[in-house]
Amino acid sequence: MATENEAQGPNASDYIKHHLVHFNSSGHKQEKLVDFHIINYDTVFYSASVGLIAVLLMAIAARKATSGVPGRFQSMVEMLFEMVADQAKSLIHSRESRKFVAPLGLTVFMWILFMNAMDFLPVDLLPRIWSDLVGPVFGIDPHHAYQRVVPTADLNGTLGMSIGVLLVTLYYNVKIKGLGGFAHELIAAPFGDKWFLAPFNFALTMIEFLAKTVSHGMRLFGNMFAGELIFMLIALLGAAWTGPNAGSIALWLAGVVAGSAWAIFHIMVILLQAFIFMMLTLVYVGQAHEGH
Amino acid sequence: MANVMGLVALACGIIIGLGAIGACIGVAWMGGKYLEASARQPELMNALQIKMFVLAGLIDAAYLIGVGMALLFAFVNPFAVVG
Repeated sequence: MATENEAQGPNASDYIKHHLVHFNSSGHKQEKLVDFHIINYDTVFYSASVGLIAVLLMAIAARKATSGVPGRFQSMVEMLFEMVADQAKSLIHSRESRKFVAPLGLTVFMWILFMNAMDFLPVDLLPRIWSDLVGPVFGIDPHHAYQRVVPTADLNGTLGMSIGVLLVTLYYNVKIKGLGGFAHELIAAPFGDKWFLAPFNFALTMIEFLAKTVSHGMRLFGNMFAGELIFMLIALLGAAWTGPNAGSIALWLAGVVAGSAWAIFHIMVILLQAFIFMMLTLVYVGQAHEGH
Repeated sequence: MANVMGLVALACGIIIGLGAIGACIGVAWMGGKYLEASARQPELMNALQIKMFVLAGLIDAAYLIGVGMALLFAFVNPFAVVG
């Protein structure tokens, strides 16, 4: 996983810090915690290209599907499809909404799965290609060529997706209940339909929407960020190479073992997180269909 | 400055440690209940398994958000500007 990197930067802390900077439109590290002027090009690029791969893969599966004996690939996609369709059926009772939401769930699942799977590339592979081969072509100083390859380990990516889900739920809230019905629910929902309770109802509903959206995005981000960071820390074991002596070789071997073990465990994490993101998307859209 | 860094390091340790305790107790409790339930009604095992994984992810979430925040403090450290 992470053992391809020998001569790294000056020390461990610098190495990690370098790897936690995005390739963004400002050209250096983002200074403020929130800054809407900066676009993270790497997140945009990798999420878009990985999404394209996922969509193409599913399109190929759909194009090549036969009604005869299915091959391995087709069976796998069919199982996936059925899994999402079953969950959608049990969570969203409107048949018409399912026509849009179930494919949305499948897309979200595949997309997040593929974005998360970028973690399995060696941590230094793409950043190194960028800083040593591709970056200089565009005139970017190799020492300030930053790259982060896991789009879901960027809070902007995951919160963007969860806000997308929020917009879908708002759309279905308005569509199912009507503008008036939704507005009435906003001020009447948890405590009851009394005029003096309206401000509390409204405040609580807003908190509910905010908490749902933030935790939806933060959950994926936290998992993937922590996973990515642990891959980096494991990479440091190999980065401590000082020459062919016993200590370095032992550390390198430890890096191989730890990297493999963590990668195997991480397969479960990325599947689970993609699944949970999809399930919660369906649950939230399903909630939008239920009146209080 | 060094004082701030030390306090942030302690805070990160506490965030991760306490979060881990909570998440582990939660997952253990739920896993135990799942085993009990599937021993009592083995035919429900598959249906319960999916629900258990979703809930495990939900229980993990608060802890992993904490880990994410702690790692953010450790490496980006927004308090260093103030301190």
